[in-house]
Amino acid sequence: MTAPVRTAPTPLLRVSGLTKRFGPVTACRSISFDLHPGEVIGIVGESGSGKSTLLSCLSARQRPDAGTVEYATRSRGLVDVYALSEPERRLLARTEWGIVHQNPRDGLRMDVSAGGNVGERLMAVGDRHYGHIRAKAEDWLRKVELDLGRIDDLPRTFSGGMQQRLQIARNLVTGPRLVFMDEPTGGLDVSVQARLLDLLRGLVRELGVAAVVVTHDLAVVRLLADRLMVMWRGEVVESGLTDQVLDDPHHPYTQLLVSSVLQV
Amino acid sequence: MTSGIGAAEPMQTTRAAIGDSDPDGADRYNYAYLDEQTKRMIRRCLLKALAVPGYQVPFGSREMPLPYGWGTGGIQVTASIIGPDDVLKVIDQGADDTTNAVSIRRFFARVAAVETTEATAEATVIQTRHRIPEQPLREGQILVYQVPQPEPLRKLEPREGETRKMHAYAEYGLMHVRLYEDIARFGRIATTYSYPVMVNGRHVMSPTPIPKFDNPKMGGNPAVQLFGAGREKRIYAVPPYTDVRSLDFEDHPFAIQRWDECCALCGAGDSYLDEVILDDRGGRMFVCSDTDHCGTRRARGHTGRLGADAATAAAAKPRGAAR
Repeated sequence: MTAPVRTAPTPLLRVSGLTKRFGPVTACRSISFDLHPGEVIGIVGESGSGKSTLLSCLSARQRPDAGTVEYATRSRGLVDVYALSEPERRLLARTEWGIVHQNPRDGLRMDVSAGGNVGERLMAVGDRHYGHIRAKAEDWLRKVELDLGRIDDLPRTFSGGMQQRLQIARNLVTGPRLVFMDEPTGGLDVSVQARLLDLLRGLVRELGVAAVVVTHDLAVVRLLADRLMVMWRGEVVESGLTDQVLDDPHHPYTQLLVSSVLQV
Repeated sequence: MTSGIGAAEPMQTTRAAIGDSDPDGADRYNYAYLDEQTKRMIRRCLLKALAVPGYQVPFGSREMPLPYGWGTGGIQVTASIIGPDDVLKVIDQGADDTTNAVSIRRFFARVAAVETTEATAEATVIQTRHRIPEQPLREGQILVYQVPQPEPLRKLEPREGETRKMHAYAEYGLMHVRLYEDIARFGRIATTYSYPVMVNGRHVMSPTPIPKFDNPKMGGNPAVQLFGAGREKRIYAVPPYTDVRSLDFEDHPFAIQRWDECCALCGAGDSYLDEVILDDRGGRMFVCSDTDHCGTRRARGHTGRLGADAATAAAAKPRGAAR
């Protein structure tokens, strides 16, 4: 088997030597990878292995102690995310990126209606036409299979799965190029998980967004991710194509992880 | 405004000039109640606020002899800018004769020995709660607002650090979310007071709980507009002739309130009206909320539906009856 030829001129996200420490604990140690436009990369590992820390470092929410995170903006090409000024970083986060939180309460405004939640990013980038915002919100609620009759209801009256879908709509409405997802199916029952995964897979393929998906659920990465990184104690111990890693695990921890999945 | 900002020097001599009959009481206070260092600190904040229109300047708010929510911010601003040559008017919801207005006016007459008035045209400093006078202000006048909540984004974003960043980076999308919610729920922008404004094209500002009827009066106003929030410890300002725009949507433009009736006492059709219940059989009338405006018009011979009958008017209008 030959190594894949790198034809894409520049990656969308380039991470090199990223390290994050909390006192004596090293949450992420020297992590490097490239993410290309439209590609979905999965990060799996046990609880406390540094997955979420890595994700918040990537999404400009936590400055790493060493290493760089470079992102290819539409206008300026590859830029070091942490060298940008704070307003530029915040602009990037609400125009070119989306962040889907594990708990919808972190990603939604619970006292603003579903339509308002979806419309917020449109208004944040300067849309000042109510009819237009409303139409886009309806369009996105339909795409994530939410009942249009609930557009003016508060998210706190929604079920967990509906809140999660609303969060996805809210993030994708401005057409981001990169979405960070932290346990997108965490805390949902399996049938809802399956529908959500189906939906996510469709949207990711249809829109061509790149995504970094953090999860401890191997089924999620099997369905969504093109490539997989396995983290263990703050280090990436194995990476490769998803099927390759899952079907032929090399590192002892990956072998343990794969063999631990319950077979029904 | 003969003695406004920067007139600290002559204050020292006016203590004895207060001439209060109680030598152990009022004479102990400095001129205009606050000590000179405090007034200086507040004047500095006012200058900064005027230099950056709409920006909320933190200040060291002092305890005042009235409870929070009764105008502690406004009274500190007034105390810092007032001088013996000023003429003070205080209005509360447009009225000159409610408890709060009367108390504050009497307070300054006592501690600052200023002349007080109810006539908008004669006043040099007007402290207001919830209204802008109907009569257009002129250059040289100062309008001091009492502010309960200076942060227009607070209802949507409870974190102070976050709202400060939003102001710093001019991230005001969230303000429109509030207006969006109104239209989604009521079919129109239902916010009628504290209607957010954009000042000088840069800072979103809370105009305090004035009715949105008064919002258009803020823009391009020849008077200086100062805002003091005592509990929240913030001062902000709109300098004369500054652009103030009310936020809206392209397809839901900003509009002020309208009434089907005219003022029942003076017949004004262009003023902000209060509804007054006349009896328990559904009788009611609308009267100007600005008592000075209404009185001036009646003195000039304008009368409304109930204005001709003075007895009816006096009985129907408790404010008038109390005098």
